[in-house]
Amino acid sequence: MQNSIADIEKEALENIEKAESGEALELVSTRYLGRKGELTGFLRNISSLPVADRPGAGKDANLLKVKLESLIQQASSDLEEQNKDDDRGVDVTLPGRLAVRGALHPITQVLDEISGIFMRLGFDVAEGPEVETDYYNFEALNIPKYHPARDMQDTFYLSDNIVLRTHTSPSQPRAMEKTDPPVRIISAGKVFRCDSDLTHTPMFHQVEGLLVDKNVSFGDLKGILTTFVHQFFDKDTSLRFRPSFFPFTEPSAEVDIRCVMCKGKGCRVCSKTGWLEVLGSGMVHPAVFENVGYDTKIYTGFAFGVGIERMAMLKYGIDDIRKYYENDVRFLGQF
Amino acid sequence: MKVSLSWLKEYIPVDLDPQQISDKLTMAGLEVDCVENLYDYLDNIVVGRVVDVRKHPNADKLSCCAVDAGEDEPVQIVCGAPNVREGMYVACALPGAVLPGDLKIKKSKLRGEKSCGMLCSGSELRLASDAAGIMDLGEGHLPGMPLEKALDIFDTVFEIDLTPNRPDCLSVIGVAREIGAFTEPLGRVKLPEVILPPEKIIDKSIHDYAQVAIMDADLCPRYSAGMLFDVKVGPSPFWLCQKLESVGLTPVNNVVDVTNFVMLETGQPLHAFDFDNLAGGKVIVRRAGSAVDFTTLDNKQHRLESEMLMICDGERPVALAGVMGGENSEICDTTTRVLIESAYFNPVSIRRTAKKTGIATDASHRFERGADPEGTVYAMKRALSLISEICGASIASGVIDEYPLKAEPVEILLGADALNTRLGTSFSCEAIGQILKSVEFGVEQTGENQLNIFVPSFRVDVVRPEDLSEEVARLWGYNNIKTSYPLVPAQGKVLAPVLRLRKKLRQILPGFSFYEVINYNFIHGDSCDRLKLSETDPRRSVEKILNPISDQMSVLRTSLVPGLLEVMKRNNSQQSDSIRIFEIGKAFFARQKGELPREKEMVAGLITGNRSEQSWFSKKESVDFFDLKGVVEGLLGDLMIADIQFLKIDGDACPYFEKGFGAIVKTSDKVLGSLGKIDGQVLKNYGLKHPAYVFDFDLAMLLNLLPESIQAEPLPRFPSISRDMTFIVDGQIEVGAVLDQMKIFAKKQSLIEDYFLFDVFEGGSLDDGKKSLSFRVVYRSATKTLTEKNIKKIHTNMSAVILDKFKADLPE
Repeated sequence: MQNSIADIEKEALENIEKAESGEALELVSTRYLGRKGELTGFLRNISSLPVADRPGAGKDANLLKVKLESLIQQASSDLEEQNKDDDRGVDVTLPGRLAVRGALHPITQVLDEISGIFMRLGFDVAEGPEVETDYYNFEALNIPKYHPARDMQDTFYLSDNIVLRTHTSPSQPRAMEKTDPPVRIISAGKVFRCDSDLTHTPMFHQVEGLLVDKNVSFGDLKGILTTFVHQFFDKDTSLRFRPSFFPFTEPSAEVDIRCVMCKGKGCRVCSKTGWLEVLGSGMVHPAVFENVGYDTKIYTGFAFGVGIERMAMLKYGIDDIRKYYENDVRFLGQF
Repeated sequence: MKVSLSWLKEYIPVDLDPQQISDKLTMAGLEVDCVENLYDYLDNIVVGRVVDVRKHPNADKLSCCAVDAGEDEPVQIVCGAPNVREGMYVACALPGAVLPGDLKIKKSKLRGEKSCGMLCSGSELRLASDAAGIMDLGEGHLPGMPLEKALDIFDTVFEIDLTPNRPDCLSVIGVAREIGAFTEPLGRVKLPEVILPPEKIIDKSIHDYAQVAIMDADLCPRYSAGMLFDVKVGPSPFWLCQKLESVGLTPVNNVVDVTNFVMLETGQPLHAFDFDNLAGGKVIVRRAGSAVDFTTLDNKQHRLESEMLMICDGERPVALAGVMGGENSEICDTTTRVLIESAYFNPVSIRRTAKKTGIATDASHRFERGADPEGTVYAMKRALSLISEICGASIASGVIDEYPLKAEPVEILLGADALNTRLGTSFSCEAIGQILKSVEFGVEQTGENQLNIFVPSFRVDVVRPEDLSEEVARLWGYNNIKTSYPLVPAQGKVLAPVLRLRKKLRQILPGFSFYEVINYNFIHGDSCDRLKLSETDPRRSVEKILNPISDQMSVLRTSLVPGLLEVMKRNNSQQSDSIRIFEIGKAFFARQKGELPREKEMVAGLITGNRSEQSWFSKKESVDFFDLKGVVEGLLGDLMIADIQFLKIDGDACPYFEKGFGAIVKTSDKVLGSLGKIDGQVLKNYGLKHPAYVFDFDLAMLLNLLPESIQAEPLPRFPSISRDMTFIVDGQIEVGAVLDQMKIFAKKQSLIEDYFLFDVFEGGSLDDGKKSLSFRVVYRSATKTLTEKNIKKIHTNMSAVILDKFKADLPE
């Protein structure tokens, strides 16, 4: 009798497969599952089987019944779908069932892009704490206590000697203490200044870079930063290097780019100068090397820092720095 | 720092236009923020010709003038000046003009007569001292011509954003020196010659009147002084006022104005004492020693600390050295004898005092950056000569110049090779020497490739060869240095695992429709209370910021949850009710005093609002706990973290979750994070109205659980078969418990591939307090196609275990 169930199953499956219309399926259904159907008949005649075989056969038959019902229903809805498409098709202008993706914060996107450029140039990623000692944030970087350069960075204090880092530069001495030259690192993250107005938020992001080896020159610094600007903006963006002052670099340079908004004609964004300040940089000051025990006679190096908020503003035309931290989803959804 | 072009030209010949000067200064490191026409305020002031004068009908001293101001018709202007006459060319301010002192010119009526402007005096326009009558422009002008053009007056003010390393340029002479380095041919600053006029020097020696004693030479290496008699204090002459005003200083009186003028000119701050208020004619320079109160000349009282350097007379402090003078010795109208102080103070000491007292003056600004220790006597004599000229004073013979701690001249041995390596250039010694000489460095060649450089005393920023490389680079022009590329070994380090985890999280969560947010690390001081954290909660060990911007940003966060709730609120207020957001960032936990806080990186997320909106294919449905749990399961699944347990929170682990709606996520014994529905009171504390669901995880914990590597498994070759089982159990029984039992059973059965819940049902024909749970078990063998026979027993046994363990029943 088991064979017979198997036969019924095999045949039924073939017939479902072959059915090309609702009517045909209906016939298949009647043939096996109908009141006078083959499977129904089998179940009805189960009492003619030897007693021992009855429960097994009954269960098999019932399972097959469930299976066939489900297959026929599936086949029927498949056919229905097909027929619907064949006839009128669908209203393609009805809105679809949207697959919604979120997005990364624009700061993250720009940070990733900038890090990516430097990583392709062979820079490793180093990270440091967001809360720093006065030593790493200032002293190691040649900014002693009571140095006027401390005015350049309004600092949040947790205690006399513990600060929220005012720049990502502390990662320079931290990295150099741990390894000998050559060093080629970037360090990205949050920095904090005690400043809050239309154009300043008390927290913002920087990417810091450091390269130390024998024979590294100011010309090399120009080369790397030019490559960076060309990759981030475009290769027609011109740069100028302008003398400036950072206690941890000598010589120090600000890097301006041709205003990406007005292409140098002068506009509101560049305060009519045609130039935008985007990077601080310079050759590592020998005092910084002395603090970490590098031989200043053998090694030279350069460092640079770039503000992410500003780069993102330029890239996306964002006009208000505070928007980054309001986290309005209507803003976040634009990137 | 502001400086006018006309003032600069007194020391350096320059015929570049202001924009060129501004560009060149900027490119030499003196960033010009702003170039202003000094006479911009003369807008709308034009040449007028008085065509008719008649007496004002209602006022004796006023005249009604018809003035041709270049327009079609003459305009009527009422004027009170006695010198107005027909045919006179005058300075005529038209409506819209704004005179110095913020006087806005409008059309008006004076005693019933129309007046469409104002005829101005020289002093009203800050062009001359004469205030008695209106300006007479002389003959030959064209009515209507802008006054500035007609008088051919022109001056530019540069506002320079000086970096703190260049105190030498906090002076007109310093800026002029920089300009000299880029004029062609190179210019050399011409210092004003200081000759004390012999007829002014009287036969009284300063030494007979004043004594200077420096007690703390470490803080005051040099103190020079000069003295004047018969000083007549009064207003300064016009030229002096104009100079000071051109750079934004307000004139005070002729003595103080001269000291300010000399400071602006030379960079050396001076102080003038009323000598008659110096007890015993003594000047003692010493540390305050003990805490005393002192009133500065701005009438503010300060508590002095013992380390602060003071200028004292025979009895008491008279000045906060280098910062501000005292009220008790300041110059006043009756002053006749004046002592001029010109000193060099220790920069750190001045800065400390200025910071502690909160006083920042032009003097302290210069001293704390470093004045020229060799410049004191020159500046003092310059002041003596000007005061004697302007205030009719006579000069005591001799000067005091105490100089106990002589500044050593700085000499630097500069190797051309090292400089060229640093810059990527190929300068010869001659070229380097040329460049340095242009800003007054002394140069001596001492070897084939070596120079000995003598640094001028005003260049306190140059102490080592690297500093000279900057001088050479900036004066040569950074942009003239050839661009090159570093040659470094192509070796790289392994990317830190946490970076990969962060990246992964940032790939997964946006895929689950989450937006990333970034919040400040500082949060509201009462956040712990708002979250209802218990007194012993570790998240109460917050770090406080000593100088926060506001209460809202006064402590470092120990949880990302407050930030997410604030973001939700901000979005809800903008009618964005359905949001899914996440943040990756650090939380900070205070440790021992003096230690850096522990930084713990977290990922947290929040969902609120609707899972689906009303549309042609769906109904509006709100999110619930299981939307959040699905996110968490999906997230951990994508991270390939297996064997996760969700345990209902019992106790106060997360008091910000509604009771019964919070869970801890664990694997074996480690807590990875939590998830739950925000408690109603907490919602209120954050001003929120809609339910919110939040998860947070510790990145370090997740990091430990990431699989080290992924090994591909062969795909099964034989089909699986599935069988279901349904139980009626007590409503209190957790599905997890049933699944745990199944897990124990399945472990021993190699044919069981998977098992899962597919239905939960309560009500209907079920007894109260009962629920039905339906599970599907998937069987598969690696070696054959399974039949009913192979699994029957296993399936029955598994069912029996559950029936037994949970006192369950089979459905009817």
